[in-house]
This record gives sequence, C-alpha cells and structure tokens, in this order.
Amino acid sequence: MTNSPVHDPLILYGQTFQSRMMLGTSRYPSPSVLKAAVQKAQPAMLTASLRRQNVTSKDAPNRFWDMLHELEVPVLPNTAGCHSIQEVITTAQMAREVFETPWIKLELIGDDYTLQPDTLNLVEAASRLIKDGFKVLPYCTEDLVLCQRLVDVGCQAIMPWAAPIGTGKGPINPYALRTLRERLSSVPMIVDAGLGLPSHACQVMEWGFDGVLLNTAVALAQDPVTMAGAFAHATQAGRDAYRSGTMTEQHAAQPSTPVLGTPFWHQS
Amino acid sequence: MNVFINQVQHELAEGATLADAVTLLQARPPFAAAVNLQFVPNTQYAQQLLQSDDRIDIIAPVTGG
Repeated sequence: MTNSPVHDPLILYGQTFQSRMMLGTSRYPSPSVLKAAVQKAQPAMLTASLRRQNVTSKDAPNRFWDMLHELEVPVLPNTAGCHSIQEVITTAQMAREVFETPWIKLELIGDDYTLQPDTLNLVEAASRLIKDGFKVLPYCTEDLVLCQRLVDVGCQAIMPWAAPIGTGKGPINPYALRTLRERLSSVPMIVDAGLGLPSHACQVMEWGFDGVLLNTAVALAQDPVTMAGAFAHATQAGRDAYRSGTMTEQHAAQPSTPVLGTPFWHQS
Repeated sequence: MNVFINQVQHELAEGATLADAVTLLQARPPFAAAVNLQFVPNTQYAQQLLQSDDRIDIIAPVTGG
C-alpha cells in the first residue's frame, strides 16, 4: 500500500521485505479483525508464539494456524515468556520445526514487571542460536554496548525497545536510541515494543531506524484495522522523511514568501 | 511409570517412548515436543525413551507479539 520497496527495500539477513512494519498477532478483538488488520497493513512479518493450548484433538481447531497460511505473510516466531537460555534454545528449536522457518524473535525476559530483556544472558543466547543456524532478531534495550555485543556474535539486525512492552509510551529515551542509531549506523534496527501512536513510529523512522514492530498499539485501538493502516503510512512517511534529509532547524523566523516586491511595504 | 505431560501427571508403561505420550495426549498437528526442556525432533519420537518423572512439553502455535 504505502510502501516503496523497489528502490528502498528492508533487508534482513540478506532477505528483502516489502514493508518496514512488522505486526504482532495477539490481543485483537477477534480473528477476523486480526486478519483485516494484516491485510490493511501488509506487514513484512507476523509474530507468533507457541503454547500448551489447542494441542489435542479434543480442542477446537487451530484457526490461527489456518489463518497464518491464508495470509501468506512470513512468520517470525518468538520466545516470549522465556527466562533462561535453555528455555530460549528449546523454544526456538520447537518453533523452527512447527513454523518451518529459521527466523526467531529472541525474547529473554529478565524482569517480569517491566518485561525488560535479560541483558546479561541475551548475548550468549543469541550466539548459541546463531551457531544453530537461526536468523536471530533479538529484542533488546537501547544499551549501545549490549547491541554491539549482539552484532559481534553474529546478529545481522537488532530490535531495541522504545519502551516496555505494551505500554504505548513511545520512545522514552530518545538520546540513547539516537546514539545507538548513530554509533551502529550500518546495522539494521527494528524498534520493537512500546510504540503507541503512529507518530511514534514515524519519529523513530525519521531518526533512521529501519523498521518497527507493533502489536498492542494496533490490537487495542478502537478500530484496529484503520490503526494498522495508519501505522503503515506513518512508518513509510518516517522512512521517506529520513531518506529525504530534513532541513536544519533555525533559531529565528525566516519568511518563506519572498519579501522583494511586497506591496504597501513600510507605507503605513 | 508416571510422567508429566504439559504439567499433568499421566501413567505410561515401562519402556514407553515420546510417541506413546503424543498418542496418549491425542496431540494434533501442528505441534512440537520437548522432554525435560530438551527439544526432540518429530522424527525421533519413536526412539525417545521416557523415564519416570520425565516432564514432557507439547506445544502448538498461538498468537504472539
């Protein structure tokens, strides 16, 4: 829809994507709303997870699974809820088998209240997954050194948070995010978690981030389908603005209409 | 012997495999399995011998962020 991928594709691990927005699939009012939101936004990837639900033949049919196939959008499984490296490794391996994809959104939670990543173990987890053949997109904080270490162990893209998951606060530490963007200028970065408004997405894209990952901001909108489109537009608008080069801010006013030839100038 | 499948205790015969546990649960694809937090590929279910008190996780796709 709003994408201009031909000349400006998002490239992660050598794979080209037709959108710079990724979309989560949780917390929508209904499966049909989720499906319509995906069709509206046309995201690059859809996140999904694994749980002990809908496993037996006594359960209701797994309609989410059927929907994923119908939508034909690449799936990005996550390791949400994992609190140890071993949980991450096992969950990722299970996801790879079920979803038939090497992609994994690495989530290793260190604090249940803020859902802050376990930064002390994240690098080791990423390293082991990469050695096992995964294409790892690590959910991380905006800490520069952490992100550098993730890149050092082979992460070809990283996903710093804007704010804690589900808060919708927008970027709460612009200085650190922008510093991260500037210092690791060649690393694809997807801002994941904490965005609440399309303007938040536009803002981080204007700063030069390569994409955004959203879920709650769309799913909990009064009209998730329209909001999905709004985020897609905002994401692309921010990208276009970044590529266009912004003007230099000025301290003093400067008339945009030519002064020369102004009628009645200084006549009264 | 007693094993735990998705945190629920079940009884299986000695010498049972992960394939037996999957059958007992009537697991319906798509799903993946792990024993004691170690992933077991679906090609290995019949060879994966279970021990008493093993903890088996069988999980399926759900929505996620």
